[in-house]
Amino acid sequence: MQIIEAAKQYDAIIVGSGAGGGMSAFTLANAGMKIAVVEAGPYFDPKDPTTMTQMKWPWESPRRGASTNRAFGDFDMSWGDWEVDGEPYTKEEGTDFLWWRARMLGGRTNHWGRISLRFGPKDFKHKDVDGLGENWPISYDEVKPFYDRLDKLVGVFGTNEGLSNDPDGFFLPPPKPRLHELYYMKGAKKSGIPVIPGRLSMLTKRINKERGVCFYCGQCNRSCNAYADFSAGSVFIFPAQKNGQVDLYTNCMVKSVTTDSEGLATGVSYINKEDNREYEMKSKIVVLGASACSSARILLNSKSSQHPNGLGNSSDHVGRYLHDSTGAGLGAFVPALMDRKIYNEDGTGGMHVYSPWWGDNSKLDFPRGYHIEVWGGMGMPSYGFGFNVDAMNKYIGGDVGGYGTKLRDDVKRFFGAYVGMAGRGESIARYENRCSIDPNVVDKYGIPVLKFDYKWSDYERFQAKHMTETFAEVIDNMGGIMMGDLPGKDKDYGLLAPGQIIHEVGTTRMGDDPNTSVTNKWQQLHDAKNVYVVDAGPFTSQADKNCTWTIMALSMRASEHIVEEFKKKNI
Amino acid sequence: MKRRDTLKSLLVGGVAGATLGTSGCKVDGDKVEIELPKGLGYGRTPTEEEHDKSINSEQFYNEHELTTIATLCDIILPPTPTAGSATDAEVPAFIEFISKDLPSHQIPIRGGLMWIDGESNKRFNKRFISCSDTEQTAIVDDIAYPDPDGKKPEMGPGIEFFKRMRNLTLTGYYTTKIGMDDLGYVGNRPNAWDGVPQDVLDKHGMSYPKEWMAKFVDQSKRDVQAEWDELGNLLT
Repeated sequence: MQIIEAAKQYDAIIVGSGAGGGMSAFTLANAGMKIAVVEAGPYFDPKDPTTMTQMKWPWESPRRGASTNRAFGDFDMSWGDWEVDGEPYTKEEGTDFLWWRARMLGGRTNHWGRISLRFGPKDFKHKDVDGLGENWPISYDEVKPFYDRLDKLVGVFGTNEGLSNDPDGFFLPPPKPRLHELYYMKGAKKSGIPVIPGRLSMLTKRINKERGVCFYCGQCNRSCNAYADFSAGSVFIFPAQKNGQVDLYTNCMVKSVTTDSEGLATGVSYINKEDNREYEMKSKIVVLGASACSSARILLNSKSSQHPNGLGNSSDHVGRYLHDSTGAGLGAFVPALMDRKIYNEDGTGGMHVYSPWWGDNSKLDFPRGYHIEVWGGMGMPSYGFGFNVDAMNKYIGGDVGGYGTKLRDDVKRFFGAYVGMAGRGESIARYENRCSIDPNVVDKYGIPVLKFDYKWSDYERFQAKHMTETFAEVIDNMGGIMMGDLPGKDKDYGLLAPGQIIHEVGTTRMGDDPNTSVTNKWQQLHDAKNVYVVDAGPFTSQADKNCTWTIMALSMRASEHIVEEFKKKNI
Repeated sequence: MKRRDTLKSLLVGGVAGATLGTSGCKVDGDKVEIELPKGLGYGRTPTEEEHDKSINSEQFYNEHELTTIATLCDIILPPTPTAGSATDAEVPAFIEFISKDLPSHQIPIRGGLMWIDGESNKRFNKRFISCSDTEQTAIVDDIAYPDPDGKKPEMGPGIEFFKRMRNLTLTGYYTTKIGMDDLGYVGNRPNAWDGVPQDVLDKHGMSYPKEWMAKFVDQSKRDVQAEWDELGNLLT
């Protein structure tokens, strides 16, 4: 097959348009660099009425929002989920990993939960605390200025609480808690668990002329047409296009990074999904922001005589130390929340309060913490609403089953009477947990696919046990009744499968030693100085936080390093 | 909201030139109004649109089955003085669609419909829809409640079937405008959330922590641009 070479040469090619790639595009374009952004999915703008799902009613979907076509339901704004048509992945026997891919401009930022937590000082040096995993080569103090600027640039609500490992920032004012959140606060307080206002990247107040202000539809996962939540397209890519020299290539799936006789990158090779042909494009710098696993895949598929083991992989570390957040949850029925007065409590698209990690791991049988997210309320009905509502009567001594007027009463009496808690915790990055290239399988574009090999350890299982036991206690404190049984050892204490929390990081981890890391502290490959990774791949460790805010702060930092090095002609 | 400048995108890969909508947003104190485009479906991708079309081009249930479904739906949710019935809310059409969309419903529902006709034939020598209201109620009363002690072992399949029909009827009904009005749902409307109404707080014996009150969003200043001092204290 003839490879078609583009005539144009760029200063930098950015692979991926999500949190990391978007921030890099924004930074490089604003610095006057000539860039190309290559995105594997189609164009997407939250404002486009033809694709918009925000403020739609359930009856506008003939399946009432069921998850037949989209794993998180018809209205969720992610094109692609655990499965992408024609793009499989495989797993080592006896292991599990679920890999979410959003194939669209802006990637997963169009539907994510917008929970925007800074990592704290301890999170960058956790090995110093418990001897596990590896320290980052950078400290909180080095990242803090970027978090500060990020807060102001993108917008995040929250409060300064002066907590040691959940740093203060530049927050927009948070919304008041909803009723079920007040119940949670009461229940948590009784168990000595702190609760503070949530920290989410939604504009409760204006931050510039270009973006709107939240109107509390609670649908950030549908992507906001007013640009009042953070999505990489509306916040980074579109302004970058306006201010700079940006060529946007959508539906173009990068296969590999091309290199020269010195082993330096010369550009990328990609498949155009519209005509199924392979193209090559040249640049002085390649920035990978395709997501931790996709960037690892591209590097591993970039073999040459200079990089026989794949680009950046002389250490055999690309794909290793893959780790996701842990997750476990419990739901409860709270009788005191029955027969509610009905009002609009949609609020922002997520929790108005949460609990940062409060425990002392030196006194517990697991090494790292977790935070607690809360859900509940009088949400909009969709597919599944009313299922087995009659069965709730068993908790209050009423009759299960029935039809007619009694059933209508059940629906109304139990509406908004449920509260749930979800823990999101830190796992330990392990050398053995990895993705690598499956030597026998290609996707429909002929690109070798990833094979996952990931297992949890007792660190994560015991953490999940602590989560569910804690939730059960808080439920009890709230006067609630736990739905279902406490998951036992046979169910890993409720620990969800790796990948399910969609916080996968670590596949191109940063470090000072080229033998045990893939990138340096500037997220620059040890093996090729003109290749940078700006997604979650360079994370040396995950924290008990969500990774997106740190992806962006670090991408800003790495991208400014790119600009400096480019201006000095070092790359 | 200002319309963003037309994109300048290079076409090597397919770059879609989206025509942007004219959605607007007006904020006035705690009143928020937004205009949203109408009549454009529910935002499907081309593949999803094909899926819906293909489902709608087939018919799964025959006329007798659909009539029986409709009868059962209206037994489950008959009309009230203020709310329409399940068939008013077109629940049978929803059950037809969802049975093709989620095929795991097909055998249990089709088989359940056969079961209820079989039961009806046995008792009254006619199919369910030909029975009188009293006769239908007699059968339904035997399958509308769980039987934990196994007193009616022969009713097992009917109980399972009715449970599924009840679930789908409730979901199909309360996801329509008729159903939401009956429920009293008032969300999915632009607003400026300012906390739980005071009477509700009082009823539940709740209050907002005093030390938090000054930190919460002041909706009268939502449109004033945020500015901070160097320590991160919000000034506006």
